[in-house]
Amino acid sequence: MFAAIVINGLVFGGVYALLAIGFALVFGVAKIMNLSHSAFYMICAFLIYMGTTMMGLPLLLSAGLAIILSTLFGMLCYKLLFDRVKAHNFTVMIITVAVGMLFAEVLLLIFSGNPRRIPPLIPGFVEIGDVRVTYQHLLAIVTVGVVICLLWLLLSKTRLGIAIRAVSEDRQIANLMGIDVSRICMVTVGISVAMAGLAAIVVAPILSVNPMMWVAPLPAILAAVVLGGLGSIKGCIVGAFILGFAETGVVFLVPGGSFLRGAVSMAVMVIVLLFRPEGLYGVVFEEERL
Amino acid sequence: MFAVPGRVIAAMFILALVVIPMITTDLYILRILTFAGIFAIYASSWDLLSGVAGQLSLGHALFFGVGAYVSALVNIHFGLSPWLTVPIGAIVAVMVGLLVGLPALRLRGFYLGLVTFTFPLILNGILFLFPDVTGGELGLYGLKGLSGSKIFDYWIVNTVMLCSVFVMWKLADAGSKIIKFGLILQAIREDEITARTSGIDTTRYKLVAFALSGFFGGIAGGLYAHFIRSAGPTTLDLFFSIQVILWTVFGGIGTIYGAVVGVYILYILIELLSLSGGLLSEIRMVVSSLILIFTLLFMPEGLSVWVRDKIEITCPRCKLINSVTRRYCRACGAPLHLDEQRSKEQGEG
Repeated sequence: MFAAIVINGLVFGGVYALLAIGFALVFGVAKIMNLSHSAFYMICAFLIYMGTTMMGLPLLLSAGLAIILSTLFGMLCYKLLFDRVKAHNFTVMIITVAVGMLFAEVLLLIFSGNPRRIPPLIPGFVEIGDVRVTYQHLLAIVTVGVVICLLWLLLSKTRLGIAIRAVSEDRQIANLMGIDVSRICMVTVGISVAMAGLAAIVVAPILSVNPMMWVAPLPAILAAVVLGGLGSIKGCIVGAFILGFAETGVVFLVPGGSFLRGAVSMAVMVIVLLFRPEGLYGVVFEEERL
Repeated sequence: MFAVPGRVIAAMFILALVVIPMITTDLYILRILTFAGIFAIYASSWDLLSGVAGQLSLGHALFFGVGAYVSALVNIHFGLSPWLTVPIGAIVAVMVGLLVGLPALRLRGFYLGLVTFTFPLILNGILFLFPDVTGGELGLYGLKGLSGSKIFDYWIVNTVMLCSVFVMWKLADAGSKIIKFGLILQAIREDEITARTSGIDTTRYKLVAFALSGFFGGIAGGLYAHFIRSAGPTTLDLFFSIQVILWTVFGGIGTIYGAVVGVYILYILIELLSLSGGLLSEIRMVVSSLILIFTLLFMPEGLSVWVRDKIEITCPRCKLINSVTRRYCRACGAPLHLDEQRSKEQGEG
């Protein structure tokens, strides 16, 4: 029981972390509340499914192609749709919802609503204690760790990362320092969609692929971002793992807990926010005034 | 009356609502229009809170669901008529609104949105925990209908809709000389600190906004429960909270009438598409999301605001609304299109 909670908590926490970091990056840099973020995760999962099952490509190749295609697609959506109405906060949010709905409906028309399976990257399992853990679960945990480390390196050591952080801190000054802000925004969207795609690759074989899969992680992503504090990548990761463990803990320990899955993680978030309105690691910004 | 084109459109809309049940008794059409009326109350209650007062609510289904469930419970256990259960549901929704408003005192913007987002989810979990009271997944059914017939239901719902939308519109109107409430709410939305330094008790006004929004949302929920004669967990659905934002932003946020426009166009459009059968009804969600995307790309402030700016112009001197066809203000005689004339002259010169 305990081992199962730890493994599942790590997997779901990790996936939420990948998605939440991407969401937070786009929110911080491009100032877009991208509610269709998990729709790109769904698209990547479907692309892998198409690659492996329908075209018979090897799994690794189709996964790579899927990430590249969905990243390009995400950047295209950003350039053609989100970027144009950025000045209107609510409008851009609604456009992202509409885009997510559009993708889900198109996929529903093409593939119908039946859940589909993707073969795991590494088949087989290992027994830890009395729990069977598939290699895919372990792979998911390792991938999440590696990706988070790489992202940290990117953001803290490279010129690109410093530019991204500069833009998220102050657009105008960053622009004055010679940073091409709109290009940085594009690159950030690309990175965030690619991370969503990675999340899809590691988790799609564990869950199933269906056109409603973009809705399920959405509350958890938003909750993780807010729990950690907007504008803090570290907070995002911590928040995501707290939620992942809270959810799996409830599902395993409380009878009828799967009904409460959403409710409990949300309750955790509300309680944290009531005591620390700026989130766990959030910085209290001076209120923005015009 | 006829000097302002926007009012003419509103009058034509009300006339159409009155005339339609006289020329058709098709129950399906009346049913769609009744739902549209209910959703119009719901959407404008969201607009009052989030569009006018700027307190982002991503979980507005909470009010709708509380209204629906409370009316249903009161109706089933005490057998009261809908004339009493709907207001009772709305009053409970007001209390919930005040309860939800409490975090609003500490949080703002995105954080507030996220916290409100969670409340319907939490309530949903609680509903499933006590299935013998709430009916669990099936919900409560066997309620009394609003009235005996669907036509009377139509009249009741649309009358209530027009009255409550009028009240909300008046409350939200910043230009009103009698009620300062709308002006204060919009001041809080634009700059809360300045509002507070101007001596406005922003906390109290925000709580009142939550309570009012909860009241009208609860009315919509109660009407909905009595109209479909059941109350289920779909009223607390995640998508239902988002839907109301779709309608309002499509119609024009922060105007109240925009919410009504959004519901009556977008909701009815989707229903008509699904009615049309064949391929069109299969791809109705694709069509409607494409319409939504393209409308917002070209009219980012919403349909009604875009149209309003095309047909109306505000007098630069006395702030009276004029038809765009006039050259001089109908009250004070000031020239209306000075900026355009000037730029035209500059272009010629």
